[in-house]
Amino acid sequence: MSDKTEVFRLEHISKVFQGKGTSVKAVDDVSFSIGKGEIFGIIGMSGAGKSTLVRTLNRLEKVTEGTVYFEGQNLNKLSAKELQKVRQSIGMIFQGFNLLMQKTVIANVMLPMKIAGIGRQERKERAYEMLRLVGLEDKAQVYPSALSGGQKQRVAIARALSMNPQVLLCDEATSALDPKITEEILNLLKEINEKMKLTIVIITHEMSVVEKICDKVAIIDSGKLAEIGLVEDIFTNPQTEAAKHLVFPAKQEVNPFDMRDRRCVRIVFDGHASTEPVISNLVQETGEKVNILCANTKSVNGLGFGQMIVELPKEHQAAETVLQYLKKSGVFAAEIKPEEVE
Amino acid sequence: MTVQIIEMIGNGVWETIQMTLIATAFAYLLGLPLGIILVVTAKGNILENRIVNGIIGAIVNIFRSVPFLILLVLLIPITRLLVGTSIGTTATIVPLTVGAIPIVARMVESSLTEVPGGIIEAAQSMGASPLKIILFFLLPEAMPSLILGTAINLATVLGYSAMAGFVGGGGLGAIAIQYGYYRYQTDVLLITVLILIIIVQIFQEAGNRLSAARRHS
Repeated sequence: MSDKTEVFRLEHISKVFQGKGTSVKAVDDVSFSIGKGEIFGIIGMSGAGKSTLVRTLNRLEKVTEGTVYFEGQNLNKLSAKELQKVRQSIGMIFQGFNLLMQKTVIANVMLPMKIAGIGRQERKERAYEMLRLVGLEDKAQVYPSALSGGQKQRVAIARALSMNPQVLLCDEATSALDPKITEEILNLLKEINEKMKLTIVIITHEMSVVEKICDKVAIIDSGKLAEIGLVEDIFTNPQTEAAKHLVFPAKQEVNPFDMRDRRCVRIVFDGHASTEPVISNLVQETGEKVNILCANTKSVNGLGFGQMIVELPKEHQAAETVLQYLKKSGVFAAEIKPEEVE
Repeated sequence: MTVQIIEMIGNGVWETIQMTLIATAFAYLLGLPLGIILVVTAKGNILENRIVNGIIGAIVNIFRSVPFLILLVLLIPITRLLVGTSIGTTATIVPLTVGAIPIVARMVESSLTEVPGGIIEAAQSMGASPLKIILFFLLPEAMPSLILGTAINLATVLGYSAMAGFVGGGGLGAIAIQYGYYRYQTDVLLITVLILIIIVQIFQEAGNRLSAARRHS
């Protein structure tokens, strides 16, 4: 059923929440798999069902329909005891950290091992090892209330990894943190992924998180899987509305009014050409000027991605020259109408 | 005030403290598990069970609704059965315990409910069984609040023990009623009341300090 490189395999899973007289389909017929060692992003707007989806991976939420396989085991079919065992090999961290405030940092990190019945000495040694990994060895005897948000999440990571899990599930793990701390936490996750060959599943509503560390991404929209693929592919060529919305949020930043009666071109950078030289070379080589109406480019894994909307010169000949140049330069460029950005 | 009365008050203090501590301890023996069951069987919790939750909730409410003075009288046959008499310090422990159990259960319930749901979710994600969730997560996280609750319960049981003086219970309550009320010895009445106030203060202060020392958030 499952091949060895697969950690999770979701087959037509749905989750319906029954309320009084109403029911909400939080996850709607979603199928995909997550490969070993991958950093897999699941992105969607808030309320899209991504948090419910990630909870089906360790059966914190039971699926209404479909099957979730973890390393070939059907999670639906596990007994309570077997499920507890499986959960010990799936670490999880949360937006709110969920540390025990009345226990020291080291006691928090030892908890999963205490649950698993590992002896005190071994628990302690391993907990210190984990704290070293996240760079908080000196905070072992401190209570979480004395830590910053970023430090709390580091402790949560140490705790989640203490049982040496196969997977780490991150539910909006950086959403409560400021950009600088988010970056640090993401770097730490990347480092752990490489060092421990750990599969990481990241739930987020921020495209920047996906760009920064994910290999693959699934876009969830109203409980459905809108799009899935390599991050580079989705960034260069988003197919669905949901994906475009997430990849090019700048869409709303261009005022269609500015584009009236003018010829505009959308230039997409797909990671083969870096962004800046294209425009400066264009100006230098053609001698024509273009007006940048909006630009939203970013570096993903060191390659340039994103889009730019530029206004072409007014005269027909000059505009054609610019268009010709762009087409030759290897970037994707297409004329757009004001309606298209609305 | 004679030496005998002072000696009697001294004995009364000792009896009162004894009754209060022993009855509260017994009440926790049953009230703590009941409070835990009320929490974990509640809707959306780890051992959700509407029937168990409903039945225990109803029993707790019934016992809590009966005024303690009436409970004292109602329990006289049972006290006789258990202790052999319905008069004196030891006998008073029985109704005190019974009266305190539902109060303890609700107090424990409210303390445990304060533990954020995220903690339970984290516990489940680590593969903790319901018993381990209760022992390793719920109780330790609620500990400061549980300690405060215990101080409040001690003060309540102390108040009840004074009431027991009306139906032949021992301790300061009995002295206050017999000397202060029936014999109009106001000085005895006032002294016993003053001592009761001091004991409650001590319980509460000890509770506050213990709780604060353990609270880290």
